[in-house]
Amino acid sequence: MWDYSEKVKEHFYNPRNAGPLDGANGIGDVGSISCGDALRLMLKVDPDSERITDAHFQTFGCGSAIASSSALTEIIKGMTLDEALAVSNQDIADYLDGLPPEKMHCSVMGREALQAAVANYRGETWSDDHEEGALVCKCFAIDAVLIEDTIRANNLGTVEDVTNYTKAGGGCAACHEGIEEILGRVLAERGERFDPTAKATPAPAMGNLARIRKIEQTIEQMRPTLQRDGGDIDLIDVDGNRILVSLKGACSGCQMEAVTLGGVQQKLIEALGEFVKVVPVGAHAHAHGSACATEA
Amino acid sequence: MGPIYLDNNATTQCDPRVIDAMMPYFIEQFGNPSSMHSFGNKVGLAVKKARAQVQTLIGAEHDSEVIFTSCGTESDSTAILSALRAQPERKEIITSTVEHPAVLSLAEHLEKEGYTVHRIGVDGQGRIDLDAYRAKLSPNVAIASFMWANNETGTIFPVEQMAEMAHEAGVMFHTDAVQAVGKLPIDLRNTHIDMLSLSGHKLHAPKGIGVLYLKRATRFRPLLRGGHQERGRRAGTENVPAIVGLGVAAELALEHMAFENTTVKRMRDQLQDGILAQVPNAFATGDVDNRLPNTANIAFEYIEGEAILLLLNKEGIAASSGSACTSGSLEPSHVMRAMGIPYTAAHGTVRFSLSRHTRDCEIERVIQAVPPIVARLRKLSPYWAGDKPLAEPEKAFAPSYA
Repeated sequence: MWDYSEKVKEHFYNPRNAGPLDGANGIGDVGSISCGDALRLMLKVDPDSERITDAHFQTFGCGSAIASSSALTEIIKGMTLDEALAVSNQDIADYLDGLPPEKMHCSVMGREALQAAVANYRGETWSDDHEEGALVCKCFAIDAVLIEDTIRANNLGTVEDVTNYTKAGGGCAACHEGIEEILGRVLAERGERFDPTAKATPAPAMGNLARIRKIEQTIEQMRPTLQRDGGDIDLIDVDGNRILVSLKGACSGCQMEAVTLGGVQQKLIEALGEFVKVVPVGAHAHAHGSACATEA
Repeated sequence: MGPIYLDNNATTQCDPRVIDAMMPYFIEQFGNPSSMHSFGNKVGLAVKKARAQVQTLIGAEHDSEVIFTSCGTESDSTAILSALRAQPERKEIITSTVEHPAVLSLAEHLEKEGYTVHRIGVDGQGRIDLDAYRAKLSPNVAIASFMWANNETGTIFPVEQMAEMAHEAGVMFHTDAVQAVGKLPIDLRNTHIDMLSLSGHKLHAPKGIGVLYLKRATRFRPLLRGGHQERGRRAGTENVPAIVGLGVAAELALEHMAFENTTVKRMRDQLQDGILAQVPNAFATGDVDNRLPNTANIAFEYIEGEAILLLLNKEGIAASSGSACTSGSLEPSHVMRAMGIPYTAAHGTVRFSLSRHTRDCEIERVIQAVPPIVARLRKLSPYWAGDKPLAEPEKAFAPSYA
């Protein structure tokens, strides 16, 4: 049995906004090949404000697909289309207090349905650019297609490389056999053989300064969203892969803090292309953190 | 109302008589059967008795044909790898598309090591293509390995006939009989089956015990080498309590063989008929006229199996599904795909597997519980409208797949 959170179960047993929506003016139909699941998202958008006044779903899928659909409709109701488009699959998973790694694609399907429905409302055609493969790394939910593409794009040759670029294999290491197999297959395409004794190529070169700038930029991009909810975020320090931040106002100490941090972390991981952990620091640690920053 | 367990093809409850028989071998007679002292002096006899009980259940000619292993998977691996090592000049394996992963994953791995694997297909009812099988038998084949009964649908393969065909072609024959042993009468001495795998926990013995039947004089190479246990064919200290438990379970299975094929079968049929009479767009999968007496696999179209299981579980009913989502794999059950069941039905398959512990009142409760659950999920399904599927559902709802 999957280790579903109480929130996933609750949304599965009592799905919100299920069933057809009369007068929907944005409809997104998407499926996830990896699960055979499929979802129809129906939006009612007010043309003047571009605000989503109602959202319904119909889902052919497992418990977490239904729960993710239900969560998505709750999240986006009342949002403008642009706000809704900023909702990530991680936001959906966070709303549900997390999903098992094997089930993260259910939240991805939700986000894609949203993009498709908005495109449909705007009279555009939506085409999906991402392809899912078999789940290889269960610690970080990385699938075979992502690993293959990353190996090809960066000419990777070792398991360590793959871990540096994708996180896959960086946890329990049980998937290393699978990663070696993918490496063997992709290397064979370019006429090379997988060599288990080969040294990893150095990690992608991003100097300290460039890295911190990138972190700052990413946080700047998220700031308006947080401020809209009456909160704010400050970068305190960067300590290896730990990014220390302080949350202010409505964000600080509220129940949504963990959710916000998860979202910030996900955005930073995407921006930096490496695994980082976002750690909140309070007033006391704040001062200490500042001192460290000054010393550094 | 207690919970209802209809997932006996996954594993079974230990019979209390099995546990009682095992207990002394944890506490009083805990010695190593190889030791000379009194803590183990009865242990050798207990293992011998258990071996005879298993021998009787499967109709082996000699008790030395019974090798205790740790599980069905170990027995399968031992059998197939032994055939390859004992006949290094033979580089081919024949099996089916619907085997258990214990065989299929091994075959896939061997393929990467350079062996040729022939996977024989099945028809829409899960019946093996015997002509295709015959065509692949040759002196290049080290082993033909086919399951006796399918774990998902219960469909029975004619393994006795297939073993005969292999024998005529000079090919070793192994059967994964994990689901069949204890449910179907088996008389190995009158067959050409060279090797057979069985697993204790499928017949009310504990987990962690299995058997490889090895017909006398079949060429053999052990998987585990070490001590002299099991006549050097499976080294490693014997799991004595579990062996004793399996012996008792084998005896009980033989006693209940008629019950399994009459009462259990009747309850299974009532369950299937009761559900299909009420639920539209549902059908039984597999070879319904030639399957295990305890298994019914029903496909509910346009909904997904995991969701059904979660709602059944809420009602205290345990079953299993061939949906991809329950396993975290990419595809719905390879067995359903091999039979050509469409995705929209394959994802919604639910397997109910009964045992001699199943009661009539439980079957009635399940028959009542299933229709509203299916209806509730169909209300959420984009393929469904009102009380029936959309006209041409696959066209009416055709999402862009990622």
